[in-house]
Amino acid sequence: MSVIEVILGGVILGGLYALVAIGFNLQYGMARIVNLAYGEFLMTAAFAAFWMFTLARINPIAGMLLSVPVTFGANWIVYRFLMTPLVRRARTRDQLEGETILATFGLLFVLRGAATLAFTANNRFYDYLGSPVHIFGFTFAANRVLAFALACVFCGAIWFVLKFTRFGATMRALAIDPVGAQLVGVDTRRLSALAFAGGGALVAAAGTLVSTFLTFNPAVGIEFTMKALVVVIMGGIGNVGGSLAAGILLGVAEALCSYFVDSGLTLAVAYALFLVVLVVRPRGLFGTP
Amino acid sequence: MYSQLRRIALAAAAVAAGTIAVYSANAADAPKSIRIGYVISLSGINAQGAATTTLPGYDLWVKDVNAKGGIMVKEFGKRIPIEVVAKYDDTSSAETMLRLEEKLMSQDKVDFVLPPWSTGFNLAAAPIFAKYGYPHLAVTANANDEEALVKQFPTLFFFLNQPMHFGAALIEVLNKYKAEGKLNNKIAMLSVGDQFGAEFAAGFGAGLKAAGYEIVLQKSYPLGAADLTNEIKEAKASGADTFIAASYPPDTFMLTGTAITQGYNPKIFYTAVGTAFAEYGANFKDKVNGVLGIGGWDPKVPGAEDYAKRQKEATGHAPDGWASPVTYASLQILEQAIEKAGTLDRKKVLDTIANGGPWNTIVGSVDLKTHIREHQWGVGQWQNGSFVGVSPSSMPNAQPVIFPKPQW
Repeated sequence: MSVIEVILGGVILGGLYALVAIGFNLQYGMARIVNLAYGEFLMTAAFAAFWMFTLARINPIAGMLLSVPVTFGANWIVYRFLMTPLVRRARTRDQLEGETILATFGLLFVLRGAATLAFTANNRFYDYLGSPVHIFGFTFAANRVLAFALACVFCGAIWFVLKFTRFGATMRALAIDPVGAQLVGVDTRRLSALAFAGGGALVAAAGTLVSTFLTFNPAVGIEFTMKALVVVIMGGIGNVGGSLAAGILLGVAEALCSYFVDSGLTLAVAYALFLVVLVVRPRGLFGTP
Repeated sequence: MYSQLRRIALAAAAVAAGTIAVYSANAADAPKSIRIGYVISLSGINAQGAATTTLPGYDLWVKDVNAKGGIMVKEFGKRIPIEVVAKYDDTSSAETMLRLEEKLMSQDKVDFVLPPWSTGFNLAAAPIFAKYGYPHLAVTANANDEEALVKQFPTLFFFLNQPMHFGAALIEVLNKYKAEGKLNNKIAMLSVGDQFGAEFAAGFGAGLKAAGYEIVLQKSYPLGAADLTNEIKEAKASGADTFIAASYPPDTFMLTGTAITQGYNPKIFYTAVGTAFAEYGANFKDKVNGVLGIGGWDPKVPGAEDYAKRQKEATGHAPDGWASPVTYASLQILEQAIEKAGTLDRKKVLDTIANGGPWNTIVGSVDLKTHIREHQWGVGQWQNGSFVGVSPSSMPNAQPVIFPKPQW
């Protein structure tokens, strides 16, 4: 196999990382909530897709029509009732981060415990779109390529909205300076809730796609949260294009490492890359200073 | 002063109550139940393993025994039902597990303790079982030095093969086809990057090299890897007829799925833990006909198929084709040993487990004289929707291997 094929595989894997990170980026970059229970929402969506597929033979992609709005609503409720009191009393951004980390850490255990009770701790797996597709003569699994494609679509759409619409402009104002935004008439509380819920909707999409090719159980959430955190910080907080780039960079680095050295070292390479980025560009590759 | 008096009075009352309880027990009144307890991972990283292999067997056994009215204990002249008085969650933490095992034995004082899940936890708990004299039927455990361990801990029993035996059973399969000139001597081997993967890769690797095989690709991958496409592509390009993966359930599923997508059809396709899971066959259906894996069972043993059916009905989960039936069999042995010893005295029951055999179980006849279950399946294969034992061929009813693995 050629290096080009290895790199292409890495790009597709990177798309998965980016897909998992986009929603986290909205929640962290716009609504300023470090949501440690993010991966738990992903896990819940994966279970939703699994049950719909195995019990009712509902196509996971069609199932998103149900799971995405539901997760949007659930995250809106979380923001409205769990986060709003914290946002209100936080005096500084740092204080808000600290308190939301604690609150969402608690939420993580509630969701994981509930899922363990309801679904048992068993590993789940189902086969959907595992069929091969050929790109430049190389073979990849259709479900992974779909995850990559959707990551690109989501990033493009969010970028477009942020850049070219009035709503996007207010969202950017919120991200850069919430107090200033409020002074010029932006309803920051409503907008933050929307950004947080939007991030939740995206994680439902990510969870659905991930469930088509990864084995999962109620305890997998935290791994995805960590991955999302790394990608978002590497790419720049609030910058969705940066997340896509960082995700692909990680994926390619891991693929090259597994090909030339050993797959066992991919995690080490990923985190080494993360450290280098943090040292050289503390605000991430595409972060604004 | 008053409160101190009251405390003394309370203590005296408690002692008196305790004395009465002891007296009534001495009067050979049958206890109303056989008190069972266990510590297991209900949450955390080990929870899915315990939920797959161990817990359904515990639940089914209790249900089965109580449906018969309990275990016949001659000492009391009647059947006594089982009561699970304590089921603690160790949260997948070894320290918590050890603390709770001590509590089960020293405070709850249950009659028998069922083992925790995983090799590490069972080996860690072995000294506590030995200290309190509880029979320790460590099903989900194996080690390369089982003989030394059972000498050190006289309460310990092993039920699964030592890692080197799994390698030997697989090499037996390979040798047959290599000798017939149908299989080249090249091996592609992947292993999960933890102790299990390292030990198996080392054990398999040494045995394979000694038998004249060449390992043309050897790689490890991290636990929880998100993608193994490149690894499968490299194996495909390696020219090896034999693919061996020392894998855990999530990667077993991923490797198989990826091999199907990539059209990778080596003559021998072997994955380790998880291959025997009923879910594996249910997911990939007839595609995995001919896939080899660790473990194996013989559905023809009397009671085996009935057990599989009852477990599915009772717990909603079909048992796997390796350690699940052995879990249930170990409890059958405990039950039969209590009946044979005619008492709940742990020392006598322990002695009976070791010397009262061989025991008839759903995995066949089991003798525990050495405290180690000998003669068992090392390699199984998916054949027409069932994961059956194929090697060592000296096992009764060993099925002929499907070779080469049919195209996916």
